[in-house]
Amino acid sequence: MSLSTTSLRRRSFDPLMFLWIVLAAVLVFLVVNPLFQLVNTSLQEVDTGNFTLMNYVAAYSRPRYLLAMWNSVRLGFCVTALCLIFAVPMAWAVSRTDMPGKGIIRMLVLGAFITPPYLGAIGWILLAGPNSGWLNRIYMGITGASEGLFNIYSFEGLAFNIAVYSFPYIFIFTSAALDLVSSEMEDAANILGAGVMRTTFKVTLPMVLPAIMGGAIITFLEAIALFGSPALIAIPARFNVVTTQLLQFFSQPIRSEVAAAYAVPLLLITVVLFGLQRWLVHRRGFVALTGKGGERRIMELGPWRWVMLGYSLFVLSLSVLMPYIVLSQAALAKAWGRGFAWDNMTFHNFYYLLFQHETAAQSVVNSFTYAAAAACIAITLGLSIAYIVSRRLLPYAGILSFLAMAPFVVPGIVLAIAFYAAYAPPPFTLYGTATILILAFATRFLPIGYVNADAAIRSINPEMEEAVRILGGGRLVAIRKVMAPLMKRNLIGAWLLVFIPATRELSSALFLYGPKTRTMSVMLMDMSEEGNFEHLAALGFLLLAATLAIVGLASALLGRDFMLRRERS
Amino acid sequence: MSDHAKLSLAGLGKSFGSVPAVVDVDLSLRSGEFVSLLGPSGCGKTTTLRMIAGFMKPTAGSISMNGAEMSSPANVVPPEKRGMSMIFQSYAIWPNMTVGENVAFGLKLRKLGNAEVTERVNRILDTVQLRHLKDRYPAELSGGQQQRVALARAIVIEPEVLLLDEPLSNLDANLREEMRSEIRRLHDAFKITTVYVTHDQSEAMVTSDRIVVMNHGRIDQVDDPVSLYNRPRTRFVAGFIGRTNFLDGRVDGSQIVFPGFTVPVASAPDAAGLTGAVSFSVRPQTIDVAPERADGPGWWVAGQIAERSYLGEYWEYVVRPDGSDLKLRVTTPPTTVYEAGQAVWARIDPSRIARVPAPDKAG
Repeated sequence: MSLSTTSLRRRSFDPLMFLWIVLAAVLVFLVVNPLFQLVNTSLQEVDTGNFTLMNYVAAYSRPRYLLAMWNSVRLGFCVTALCLIFAVPMAWAVSRTDMPGKGIIRMLVLGAFITPPYLGAIGWILLAGPNSGWLNRIYMGITGASEGLFNIYSFEGLAFNIAVYSFPYIFIFTSAALDLVSSEMEDAANILGAGVMRTTFKVTLPMVLPAIMGGAIITFLEAIALFGSPALIAIPARFNVVTTQLLQFFSQPIRSEVAAAYAVPLLLITVVLFGLQRWLVHRRGFVALTGKGGERRIMELGPWRWVMLGYSLFVLSLSVLMPYIVLSQAALAKAWGRGFAWDNMTFHNFYYLLFQHETAAQSVVNSFTYAAAAACIAITLGLSIAYIVSRRLLPYAGILSFLAMAPFVVPGIVLAIAFYAAYAPPPFTLYGTATILILAFATRFLPIGYVNADAAIRSINPEMEEAVRILGGGRLVAIRKVMAPLMKRNLIGAWLLVFIPATRELSSALFLYGPKTRTMSVMLMDMSEEGNFEHLAALGFLLLAATLAIVGLASALLGRDFMLRRERS
Repeated sequence: MSDHAKLSLAGLGKSFGSVPAVVDVDLSLRSGEFVSLLGPSGCGKTTTLRMIAGFMKPTAGSISMNGAEMSSPANVVPPEKRGMSMIFQSYAIWPNMTVGENVAFGLKLRKLGNAEVTERVNRILDTVQLRHLKDRYPAELSGGQQQRVALARAIVIEPEVLLLDEPLSNLDANLREEMRSEIRRLHDAFKITTVYVTHDQSEAMVTSDRIVVMNHGRIDQVDDPVSLYNRPRTRFVAGFIGRTNFLDGRVDGSQIVFPGFTVPVASAPDAAGLTGAVSFSVRPQTIDVAPERADGPGWWVAGQIAERSYLGEYWEYVVRPDGSDLKLRVTTPPTTVYEAGQAVWARIDPSRIARVPAPDKAG
């Protein structure tokens, strides 16, 4: 017996155990320690390190700090309401009716989804800036009024602007759920005498309501965690939201302990609402929709299908068509205010950015290299963890997967402050380095990497691997000869799904960059302060063009819908 | 555990937490023997197979091959070191390799020369009639062809033991019949010791030398197909292998009292030890139905036709003995026709019935 226990002990100390320890250490470094330091910092006196609650007092004692919080909550609700109005009819029309042009609508929704909101904000400043914006100039030209109709620099303007880029979340959730509702359920209502409208409102919509609510919660959380658009719109409009207030705590003199105290509630709200979202989506109501879904038939709308198409195109022109047109015009204009004219066209803005500007070209390089490095880290980590979890190789693998998913509930700005708290001070002193940016990006998008790597592994029957082993190949042979070739395509897809958002990540970059480590997103925010919209638009144009090229490549590789597919966890 | 056993399982058990999946399985296979593990889903047959393959560690007992221990709770020789091969439910044909590459894989791992690999791959592909598809990718093959690739890939390495995990469950009925004969044909040609897991009794009967019937993680009976069908030892085996009627009665003096009829104890099989509650399994096709009682031997039971169905190849009747609720299922040739409600005599041949445990202590 003693012999067998020794051999047992020797066996369990295999290289896999070592891998487990390495992965756990990495996750502690990336996830646990920053969040711990965030809370820790918020409870410490700056100089002495003694326990104190004064940071919280400082963060919540001023009315304007509280007003910023109230503004964020209001903003979240307004954005969510607008998104519901934008997205639900469109999702229904695309997945259940004979509306024409569905392919184009889906493509444009994808366009809205991949447009960085701060770029959309710049587009809307060009469209609806007071008096000088295109829409106001057209309005004044037509009516002869002396003042414009729209003012983007307002609370309503901000809410509207965020909504036109957030609605794809609800669209994705709703259409995914609608795709699963079997026509037989609707037939059952019809055969009992319910008409089309009654069936839709009494049967179809209630069944997808949990999914809609789930999407709405995500939208709400995105809206209150968003930094770029509020910085571009709310600051000139002289009101604050939580994220812009956090930035102010970070301007000189930096009061990171107060920022930490101010950020903790944002983190808690996010955790609670994500919990609620999961509960809603996994409740009985949604379970009824899982499975094959059965046969689905398409509803004939008659002339109303043109109305639905018009509505969809209207919404998408707000988020994609109009902003893209004015951004392109500004990027290619000597002066954007002079309008569309051949003699106003120039490529000088691009030339200036890439060859004359001190740091702009560097920022382009930074964005793509950081994003690539972060994607590699996130996929490697995600893949290793997913493999261990799915093959049940080691005990307590569930802890690894929990930690890998945890950043999902941390708003980017909170993560940045947490990284600042953990790794800006000695001994790490990583503040402003490429390392801290790459690590922060990798952490922020680790859940995407993990979920997709996990899906890639799960898409392959374990028997594929077992067949190698029973024929005499070890685990490494199985991974090299079978798993790797079979997962290649899915892994490239997962890599791109991390890479794309990482190239445009703003909120975590803005709190961690240094003079030499500006990313394009940071560069855009810097340049917006200079007020040169031609250069700004040109830089945004570069970012968009690169993103579109990558998404185009990915779509060719992985199928057109790869980003709008709802991930199931 | 005999000395010449190729593969033997001794007291093998597996629990998942406190849930036992396999309990105290003893089994030993001669070299070249074809044995099926048969049972309903959840009976532990696949778990047993996966322990034999080395994918799972037992929590009790041991597995040995050629006298050397392969698995015990303390130590498991990994699957790649066992010299076995396996055919999976999903076939697990690697889609990134051609048919030829799939089949050659195990040979290349054994570091055989190119010429020998090619020769053996070609030979086995000829045997399964797939030579012409050697350079195709699996996605281009039909289900039956993929199954043949899996067979070729597993057999070409001439494994010590071949394991099959419900290999036919994804095929349609016709192909399934063809493939089960194919599997037996290949076994006769290569004489590889084989363990075959299935929930389909006819698959097991066609292919196997011996069948192991498992239920609730335990072995109920191990026997050749003929004995298993004609001499089931438990009610479960009797009901799982083919269809049957249970006659549950009680010994009263020199008589056995069944619902609706009584027979002398002496006429029952194994009459010597019969006391108290007794049960027998009676196959539907061993019961004759006649309009009148005749003089022949056997147990004559008066009753009437309660239900009847015509199934083309035979008639199926339910005979209810007079004065009872017992329903005797009887199958007769298609030419023997009775009307529902008609009074008939059923004749049970005691030499063709099997004694099984009475219901109260049944497993």
